[in-house]
Amino acid sequence: MAFTAPKETYTGKVYAVTIGTGDKAVTFGGENVLPFHSFEGVTPNRPVIAVEIQDVPPADWADTVKKPYEAVSGDPVTWAKFCQDELKARAIALRLIGTHPDRENRSPADAVKTVKDVLAAVQVPLIILGSNHAEKDTAVLVAVAEAAKDKNCIIGKAQEANYKTIAAAAMANNHKLIAMSELDINLSKQLNILITQMGFDKEKVITDPMCSALGYGIEYTYSVMERIRLAALTQNDVTMQQPLLGDVGMYVWKIKEASASEEDLPQWGALEERSIAWEAETAAALMIAGAELLIMRHPRAIKEVDNLIDELV
Amino acid sequence: MALSGVEIFKLLPKTNCKKCGAPTCLAFAMKLAQRQASIDSCPDVSEEAKKILGEAAAPPIRPITFGAGDKAVKMGEETVLFRHDKKFVRPCAFAVEIKDTLSEADVAKICQQVIDSEIDRVGQKLRVDAIMVSNASGDAGKLESAAKIVAAKAVAVPVIISTTDPKAAEAAVKLFADKRPILYGANATNAEAMAAVAKTNKATLGIAANGLDELSVLTEKIKGFGVEDMVLDSGARKAKDIIEHNTLIRRAAIKKGNKAVGYPVINFMQREDTLLEGLAASVGIAKYASIIVMSSIEKWKNLALFTLRQNIYTDPQVPMQVEQKIYAIGEPKAESPLFITTNFSLTYFIVSGEIENSKVASRLAVMDCEGLSVLTAWAAGKFTASKIAQFIQESGIEKDIAHKELIIPGYVAILSGAIEEKLPGWKITVGPREANTIPAFLKTR
Ligand code: B12
Ligand code: SF4
Repeated sequence: MAFTAPKETYTGKVYAVTIGTGDKAVTFGGENVLPFHSFEGVTPNRPVIAVEIQDVPPADWADTVKKPYEAVSGDPVTWAKFCQDELKARAIALRLIGTHPDRENRSPADAVKTVKDVLAAVQVPLIILGSNHAEKDTAVLVAVAEAAKDKNCIIGKAQEANYKTIAAAAMANNHKLIAMSELDINLSKQLNILITQMGFDKEKVITDPMCSALGYGIEYTYSVMERIRLAALTQNDVTMQQPLLGDVGMYVWKIKEASASEEDLPQWGALEERSIAWEAETAAALMIAGAELLIMRHPRAIKEVDNLIDELV
Repeated sequence: MALSGVEIFKLLPKTNCKKCGAPTCLAFAMKLAQRQASIDSCPDVSEEAKKILGEAAAPPIRPITFGAGDKAVKMGEETVLFRHDKKFVRPCAFAVEIKDTLSEADVAKICQQVIDSEIDRVGQKLRVDAIMVSNASGDAGKLESAAKIVAAKAVAVPVIISTTDPKAAEAAVKLFADKRPILYGANATNAEAMAAVAKTNKATLGIAANGLDELSVLTEKIKGFGVEDMVLDSGARKAKDIIEHNTLIRRAAIKKGNKAVGYPVINFMQREDTLLEGLAASVGIAKYASIIVMSSIEKWKNLALFTLRQNIYTDPQVPMQVEQKIYAIGEPKAESPLFITTNFSLTYFIVSGEIENSKVASRLAVMDCEGLSVLTAWAAGKFTASKIAQFIQESGIEKDIAHKELIIPGYVAILSGAIEEKLPGWKITVGPREANTIPAFLKTR
């Protein structure tokens, strides 16, 4: 007997979000089916991988991922150019980690200068991230959102504790916004509602349900993403139709598998390949669950995930 | 697919004779529908009805055992599409391909790699589960020789024989006849002969189809030849097609009760680039593969794939946890340090591993917090000062140690005062936040 394909029709769709300006602008999201289910609907845009850089040299990064940026990471502008020109990054994520009070404690004015310099040097879209210190981020992100006015960046991350000011700044300066909550579909929905109630366009929000690395809770992120997607598509829940972010690099490169040597753990195999695979596998799994925007670090992991995307679309 | 009570009732004798113990046939039918009774209790039901009911009661994806003994792999029996609905129950098997064009030494080397692949992660033993010997040479003799080396060197490892030549198949599969091997390569032209080989050697038959239509036709045809156990290859090789076919097969089996595709799926992930191969494998792990065939099994790649499989196949309702007790690390003496943490498996294994690294014999008190991590348990009110105090008191640890010092996780430093209040005479020391600094912490004491 011939096979009757049990296709689904979904009632909802994911918003398409465009970032950047001019011919380097990129769009992600826009599908009306589960990830890569092009056999039963439309999937107009590929997931986008943004390459992560930061405002201060990556002294705290694992050696394997520090190495490819050794010559450029002393200065965010050189680093950003390298990502655009050599790695052909479609987008760059600039993390202002040096503004964290426990780190270099750089001022909002320092952050503004870094952002302006990077924006002047590259044409690809920029994602501007704070240091994840709820209070400090308020000051830093408000300042940089203004400095990047009309460049159509993504500003993040707005959390329950600080979303009001950050969302207002993103709105006033025509940016997209990352809304982050902690691994709970209801908290994620609630934050999206709060942000849109301020008058922020729901189609300009990117949901970050919080990432976790392979082996360190990825199953939670995976299932929260999958449930958010299903709510968006099958229940047409407009508060869950934002594209999803997988902030992969920062979670992967701090775990033991990304830095323990083969001498210490012979069963784990070669460190360089292992750590690169760890970042790439984490990204791949989250993409299957629903992430349309990924932030990653290692060039080889990024390239291979991109090759997988070629096979998936 | 399960039948409703009314559908079952139509198949019963409708005499209301009560021999089954139910007052009426309808009542008995309702019990059957809820799986509270067995059809065997009705002595008068027709053979025909029994067959229909038996088929309807069978799981939507046929349970099949691959291999024999300790290393056997159970496949099938999945009941959902999404892991948040219910646990995925049968972690997919990883198989490595050995081509019969390889030298004897290379075949033996890969066998050894498979045997050495086993590692322990979060208390589970994980490994490359199987070997696929493939007839890349097209020569029956070569396939048999390669299979012989595998049979000798990888004794207990489940084996797939891959060939489309029934004669070559016969000679190679015979070597594993009592070990539930898989014979892969039944297609539209060789189906009958391959089915015969599978039957004589009690092998599961791997269907090599070109598309879902052909797949569904082939399984029905092969079932007609008397083969019950099959694994399915729709022919999908690109990641996009693998998602499409695996998804449609799983949906058809589970939601539509389509028996023609109600079998475990085998995916071939071999790629030039070993990292890309690993990423393709992750698509299979997440999306319904029961067997994933790869061309190489480097240790680093195994570790990543084992971990992903373990994560996807954990129970979404019940975190992996370890028993509440005071674990000895090394051979602790009365003066050795005493640590406390929660019983989330991941937390326990990370912390105990780091204490082990420090080479300082210690005791680790693991408290039942329903499998939650330190901060999650704290936020959920399960790792509180009074609960910790009660646990330490009831554990009786005081008589085994010469000190009264308890080292708590750095993330719950805030609890130290309150624990000291509730555990009179004890000194609470705040340890580091991240476990990987425990060795340094112990050194500076
Ligand atoms: C996965 C997760 C969950 C999972 C549960 C997973 C589990 N089995 O525990 C789920 C989704 C169910 C969950 C739920 C909740 N969560 Co939660 N969750 C997390 C998350 C993302 C990771 C936790 C994890 O697995 N860590 C890995 C383990 C290994 O870490 P660990 O146990 O702490 O161990 C480390 C250290 O503590 C140290 N260590 C451990 N033991 C010891 C012992 C000694 C002596 C020493 C020295 C060191 C040491 O070593 C380990 C490695 O370095 C964290 C955020 C994050 N990224 O950390 C939030 C987090 C822990 N959750 C949080 C919260 C608030 C909750 C909820 C209350 C949220 C809610 N509103 O529902 C619920 C409570 C659960 C309940 N049943 O009621 C908060 C806690 C906030 C706080 N600071 O108090 C966190 C920090 C997120 C946040 N920033 O808000 N959560
Ligand atoms: S034994 Fe069979 S025929 Fe008799 S009442 Fe029960 S179901 Fe009906």
